[in-house]
Amino acid sequence: MSRRRRVLVAGASLAGVRTAETLRDRGFDGEIVLVGAEQQLPYDRPPLSKALLEGQGTADDVRLLTSDQVSALDLDLRLGRRALALDPVRRAVELDDGEALGYDQLVIATGSAPWMPRDWDLFEGIYPLRTVDDCLAIRSALQGSPRVAVVGGGPIGCEVASTARRLGCEVVQIEPLAAPMARVLGTEIALACAEIPLDAGVRLVCGTAVEGFDGGVRVERVRLRDGRMIEADVVVVGIGARPVTDWLFGSGVSVSDGVMCDDRCATSVAGVYAAGDVARWFNPLFEQTMRIEHWTNASEQGAFVARALLDGRQAGSYSPVPFVWSEQYGVKYEVAGVPHPTDRIRIVEGSVAERRFVAVYEREERLTGAFALNSTRSLLKFRRLLARDGAHAERVDVPSISS
Amino acid sequence: MKVLVDRGKCQGYGNCVVAGPDVFDLDDDGFVQLLVEEPSQELRAQVQHAVRDCPARALGLED
Repeated sequence: MSRRRRVLVAGASLAGVRTAETLRDRGFDGEIVLVGAEQQLPYDRPPLSKALLEGQGTADDVRLLTSDQVSALDLDLRLGRRALALDPVRRAVELDDGEALGYDQLVIATGSAPWMPRDWDLFEGIYPLRTVDDCLAIRSALQGSPRVAVVGGGPIGCEVASTARRLGCEVVQIEPLAAPMARVLGTEIALACAEIPLDAGVRLVCGTAVEGFDGGVRVERVRLRDGRMIEADVVVVGIGARPVTDWLFGSGVSVSDGVMCDDRCATSVAGVYAAGDVARWFNPLFEQTMRIEHWTNASEQGAFVARALLDGRQAGSYSPVPFVWSEQYGVKYEVAGVPHPTDRIRIVEGSVAERRFVAVYEREERLTGAFALNSTRSLLKFRRLLARDGAHAERVDVPSISS
Repeated sequence: MKVLVDRGKCQGYGNCVVAGPDVFDLDDDGFVQLLVEEPSQELRAQVQHAVRDCPARALGLED
């Protein structure tokens, strides 16, 4: 009697869930074991800095799978279990409850964890934001209009600042570069967009970093490198994330700021693939390796890996156009492609004052990416163009508009 | 096969247009618009892909 083929998916967030769903969509009738470190049924993260944080709904409103769907998909879901080690010779993953789970094929989808410097969370009232538990803890801390300091000017920090402001909190946002979003958008565009949080009444403290915190049991002040102090009752830290790869140490799976994969998301070990925040793969469309911590990539890469598991080389290469969105202060920010802050950046449509514009990013006569503020339809043109021509997309022949 | 659209949920991300260019587009207001209500079976993969890639969960597929 032959044993059913087993796919083991380590990580039960978006990428892992999409792998499982797509395997079933395509008729896979073997076993699928989905291992999730959190006790929660799989859930979606974008609402954690927006609607759910603001108080709309409960954790059940952001589930990626209900328990009925888990049954319908015939998933062996192991919640509250963390992968501790991989033994590629025995083809087994050791879990933190001591069980060694065998697999025929393994998908590494363990995601990323928020970066929090040592001793920063010694005080109460300082929070990272990654999980639904983090979100609900911050949501509860934001009751009663406390003074909030947001550390970090990336998309998550900006969304938290926006949400806290909507809830009536006094908000200070601290970012070492010249303006929030500068690491993504480049200084000039980010400075122009800074009027959006300023108009909403957020105080921006840019060009300096956090040195530490003061307080008693609870945090009371943020100490800045330039000597200034910011009074705060609640601090949310959003300064980036690290791929969760420590459990792969010694397994033979190559890791370098993410699990190294080829163009079809296969790792250095036979039968082992990776998807989502944790995966660093070669994207042939842009002729470079990349690791992306965004929703659309987790969804697409998870689905791609399912096809690669079933069809092997016939699944082709994973070659998407990176895409990320953020919603802040009622405005939608969207970035497509591989723009770099040092690229030549031109506004080609609309203006910051109108709260609607499109900027293109160019390097050496090539289009690298585009940024759209409240202009999804215009951005689609660039997503299509980049999907067709990738690293060889020519600059667009449209005049700049001075902002 | 029928494509189900909840226009109240659509946030205009445009992922469906990228995943299923023969089935989806955005209208002038930037919200989802069906190019074909009941796509043929060969478009099934495009529709499935679009349903999965919609961050707003505004799409569905009914046989």
